[in-house]
Parts: sequence; structure tokens; C-alpha cells
Amino acid sequence: MFSVEVQHILKAYGNRAVVNDLSFNVNQGEIFGLIGPNGAGKTTTIRMMMDIIKPDSGDIKIMGEKLTTSSKNEIGYLPEERGLYKKLSVIDSIIYFASLKGVDVQTSRERAEKLLKRAEMLPHKNKKIEELSRGMGQIIQLIVTIIHDPRLIILDEPFAGLDPVNTQLLKEIITELRNQGKAIIMSTHRMNDIEELSDRILMIDKGRMVLYGDLTSIKPKYRNNSVLVEYEGELGDIDGVTEKRVHNKATELMLDAKTTPQMLLGSLVRKGIAVNRFELSTPSLNEIFIKVVGEEHE
Amino acid sequence: MSKTLLLAKHEFLITTRRRAFIILTLAFPILALLGLLAAQAIPGMIKPAVEIEKIGYVDEVGIFNENISQGTIRLVSFGTEAEAKKALLDKDIKEYFIIAPDYISTGLIQRYTLKNEVEPGGATQTAIRNFLLGNLLKGNSTDIIERAKTPVNISSTTLTSTGEVAPQQGGFAALILPYVFSILLMMSIFFSSGYLLQGLVEEKESRVMEILLSSVSPQQLLAGKVIGLGAAGLAQIIVWLISANFLMRMASSNFGSIIGVLNVTPEFLILGIIYFILGYLFLAIIMAGVGSISPTAREGQQMSALFTIPVVIPIYFMALIMAHPENIVVRILTFIPITAPITVMVRLGLSEIPIWELAVSILILILSITGCFVMATKLFRTYLLMYGKRPNLNEIIRSFRNT
Repeated sequence: MFSVEVQHILKAYGNRAVVNDLSFNVNQGEIFGLIGPNGAGKTTTIRMMMDIIKPDSGDIKIMGEKLTTSSKNEIGYLPEERGLYKKLSVIDSIIYFASLKGVDVQTSRERAEKLLKRAEMLPHKNKKIEELSRGMGQIIQLIVTIIHDPRLIILDEPFAGLDPVNTQLLKEIITELRNQGKAIIMSTHRMNDIEELSDRILMIDKGRMVLYGDLTSIKPKYRNNSVLVEYEGELGDIDGVTEKRVHNKATELMLDAKTTPQMLLGSLVRKGIAVNRFELSTPSLNEIFIKVVGEEHE
Repeated sequence: MSKTLLLAKHEFLITTRRRAFIILTLAFPILALLGLLAAQAIPGMIKPAVEIEKIGYVDEVGIFNENISQGTIRLVSFGTEAEAKKALLDKDIKEYFIIAPDYISTGLIQRYTLKNEVEPGGATQTAIRNFLLGNLLKGNSTDIIERAKTPVNISSTTLTSTGEVAPQQGGFAALILPYVFSILLMMSIFFSSGYLLQGLVEEKESRVMEILLSSVSPQQLLAGKVIGLGAAGLAQIIVWLISANFLMRMASSNFGSIIGVLNVTPEFLILGIIYFILGYLFLAIIMAGVGSISPTAREGQQMSALFTIPVVIPIYFMALIMAHPENIVVRILTFIPITAPITVMVRLGLSEIPIWELAVSILILILSITGCFVMATKLFRTYLLMYGKRPNLNEIIRSFRNT
């Protein structure tokens, strides 16, 4: 059973389709990266999954069933637009939002104290939300998101506004939650974070799917037939190399269509060049994002 | 506890802890108590004038020579106007008046004073009137003269169609309670629905709304807020009514004659509570709709005036309602949902309202509340998470069709 099954959903405002025939699944125990440029329809997709917005057509199932108010208790949602009651204390805020997810006061208090301790924020539990720094508020917001021990966690721009220490803390918590078997959907513009944490990704642009799958199978498709080499000696002209790009210590050699990396390695050995590093160049997710979205917008 | 009740409890606690709510709830009893204490203390503080004041007069009719002592005022006769004027300028008297020869036919007297004033003081008017009356009725007994000063005290009794004394009696005193209650009702409806609007826009501005909607449905959110704030408004009214009861007992020594005839019938109380709940629900749900489409608190307040002003329309028709409580305009106001609560409260103090009118009025209110609730939840779903832009009328109508 998938944690999330989205089938051909469509949402339009007037004549403009914000999400257009989008389908994807999210498995238990995986971090699923939802990426796309600004205005691609990520937040609208998430809001439809949360039943905050109704799709015009299509079908969404959470844990194999249509979402109801009570099954919302299975989901933890951290929206992009953060918000807590400024005048409430940290502990009261957490308990109130936990109660709306069906958790009794005693249990939510115990869990809140455990999570606050994990985030080294227990001494702040009686402070009002308005007295906290932005980063601390973000951490409280995350605790509110997971206080009810949800099976599906949706995080919209979770790292926005966090310092490196809190970013690392959040990454650790996300990884722990994945290891506990929870499904995590993470939407962010920070491609390196998606690359670091996600098992699979969905890239959307103008409401449509443009990339979908696990990164290990996506990345090879976007290789540009180049090799990173660290060497000693003089390269000179090499058959099959169309361009050389120097990056710090390594040099990226762009190969023509007929030349394979094995043929290049043979050429280098024959020329007597001492090769210290020879690595097939793989594009980063950021590069793939720019390439795919760029092509879409051309 | 259901999510709706959890939301209601949260709203109730948040609202009743607001400084503005506490101040407002306590302000009425405290101000009334202070007023009452002042009313009891001031007469004791004002010392009655012990000095005898002299008012001169020139009697050109020739019959005004008795009853010259009127409380602290003594009337002094002068033979000519010149003598009276000299006494005034010498400050032997504070003023004088001339009773002209044709006074019996005209009733006119000419008064002269050194003061520039709007009209003679109350004590002076009473002294002159009683002096003239006493002399005009010379030869009659003191009782008749006293009765002539206050010839009528009307006491009315309303009978039912079977000739029994009606439980609900008319008169000014009977109007006080419905009037005061309708003002309190109006204020409580305004404040409670105002808190709802304020709370909604604040939650929208502070972005709490999306977190709430990830846990509850728009219907639960709206119902929870309306119930919680309505309970806060009802609590406010209960505090006012309890303190009013206490204050009335305290005031009975001062205003016993009025308070003694104040009659709160069970029908009045039951209808008062029904119309508070229905009136509040109607306006609160409208305010929720306004709140969901308002990007800021200020815009929300401006827009809400479009709906709060009609609530007070019955106050402008107060004279008509008092004079003709069964006039067709008054009946129409009874049936319009936004004007019904106040109109019914005022009418109840004056006459019986036919049961069919009350039934139709309540039915229209319930249907209007249901319709507004459906529309408000549609607005909630569409616009609660739309920040920074207010939709135009066409977009709102489209959202009713699409949601």
C-alpha cells in the first residue's frame, strides 16, 4: 500500500490550470522530494493532498483511503507559511495543536517534553511564542507537525530561515522519522538538501510532471558524456575530447558521441599521463533542475 | 471532545482572557455602580441654600398679596416699577416681575433680572407659579390648592382580551428593560462578532489558518469559532444581567418607583436568549465570511460596517415602534433577519407580538443562518489561504459556484 496515491489531479483557477493531470505515489519509509520552480503548483498539490483545496478532478488517497477529517490525524503538515499563536506558551501551543489531532493532554505533554529535549529547547517550554527567535519558532512548528506521531509527514520548505545548526538538527530528525518507517514528502528549493535526503523525487513545472523517480536512475539520463580527471603531466590534444573545463584541482573533459570513458582512459595511459582520479561526471540535481526547467521555459 | 468543541473551547478561553473583553465586561457594572453611588452621595453633598432670596413684584391687578413665602424665596411687593428697579440695582432683590392689568386674560408677566440667562431657574419658576396660583385660588382649602398644582397622576392598567390584568404592563418603566436589554444585546452581538472577525483576520495574518485547516475541516473551524465566541458573548450578557439585578436592588431606595414596576416575564427572557443566539449566529457567520476575504484587520473592519449598520436600524425607528408597534414597517423589520433581534426586543416591551410573527421571524433567521453558513464555508475554503489580495464581487460569486 502506498502512503499517498495521486491520480490525474487537476486544479484550475479560471482558465489557468495550476496543477494539470498530475499522478504520483509515495511509499512508506521514504523521503520524497517535491521540487519545481516558483509557481509550479507544489503548494497547491500539497493543499489538495491535505483536503484544504478540492481538486477539480482526479483522485487522492492517503494510506489507501480518501482523506477524511479524522484521517487528517495520520498526517503531519508543516506549511510554507509558518504560524503559531504568538501569545500562547510553547507547551500550550504544542498541546493545543496535538489535541486537534486527537492526542490527549497527558500524552502530548510527555511527547512535547521529549521532543523539546531532543531539540535542546526544553528550558523554553513556558515562553510565549512571540519571545522565541525565528529559528526556534521553526523548530516548535516542526514539533507541532510531528507531535501526534503521524504516518505521513509533509514538509513545505522546511529549511527556510534556519541557521546551519538548526538545519542539521532538522535533517537528523527527518532521517530518524524516515528510519521509523514514516513517509515524508519534502518540498524545497534547496536542491542539495533534496539530493542529500530524498529517495525519490517529483519535479513539476507549470503544474505538470517533468521528472519522476529515484535519483540514481534519473541522474545517468542527464549525464553529458564527460569525465572528471586529476592528473600529472601535460594533456595536450586528445582524440575524442571536444572541450576541457578546469574546476579547482580536477579537469572536466567533454567527450564526443563516439568516444567512451574507457577509450579516453586508454588514450591518457598511452600518453603517459599519471591519472590520480578518473570519475564519470554526474550532473547535480541543481544542474538537472536548471536544464529541465530551462528547456520547459524555452 | 470533538474537534469543533476543542476549537470552541480555545476561542472561548482566548477571548475571555483578552484585556479588551475583560475591561468591557466589567466596565458596565462598575460604571453603573459608580453612577449609583454618585446619585446617592451628591444630594448629601449639595447643601440646601439657607439664605432667603427676595424676588420683587409689582401687582397692577391688585389681588396678589398672599402666599409671599415660597420655600427659600420670599416675594416682596413694590408699589411702582421704579421702586422695584431701584431695589434690583441696589441688590436688595435678585429680580422682579410685573403682573400687568390684563394678566387674567393673557397670563403674561414681565420679568426683569441682571443676569443673562436662557430661562429662569427651576426654583424661581416654581415659586412664581405657586405664588400666582395660591392667590388666584384664594378662598379654597389648602388641599384643593395643592391638587391644583399637580392636578393629575395617571396610572394605567392593561387588560387582556378576557378582562384579566395583563402580565405585561405598558408605560415608560416597562419600556426601560427591553430598551436596555436590546442595547446590551446589540452591543454583545457586535463585540462577539467583532472578535470573530478580528480573530479570523489575525489568524490569517499570522498564518495559523493553514495549520488549523490541516487538522479540521472548514465547517468545523467555522462552527468552533462561532460557538466559542458566542459562548463568550453570552457569558458577557450573563455578567451584565446578574450585576444589573444586583444594582437594581441597590438602587431601589433611590428609584424605587420606577424599578418597582419593572417586570421581566419568562417569555421576555426566553425570547431574549433565542434572539441573542440567532442574531449573534447570523452576524457572526457573516463576519466570518467577511474575515475570510479580508487581507487585513483594517479592511475587515471597514467591510464589516456594511453589515453592522443595518443591525441598528430599529433604533432609528424607535419612535415609530413605540407609537405604533404593529405598524407594517415595524412588522417588516421583525422579519428581516438582520433587524429582527432588536426590533423584537423593543416590541416585546410595548405590546404582545402575535405568535405567527415570532414563528416566521425565527424561521427566516434560521434559514438565513443556514444559507450564510454554507456560503461562509465556501468562502473559507477558497479565500482563507489567499493572502494580500481581496477578491472582487465576480470572483466571490464564481467561488460560490465552483466550490
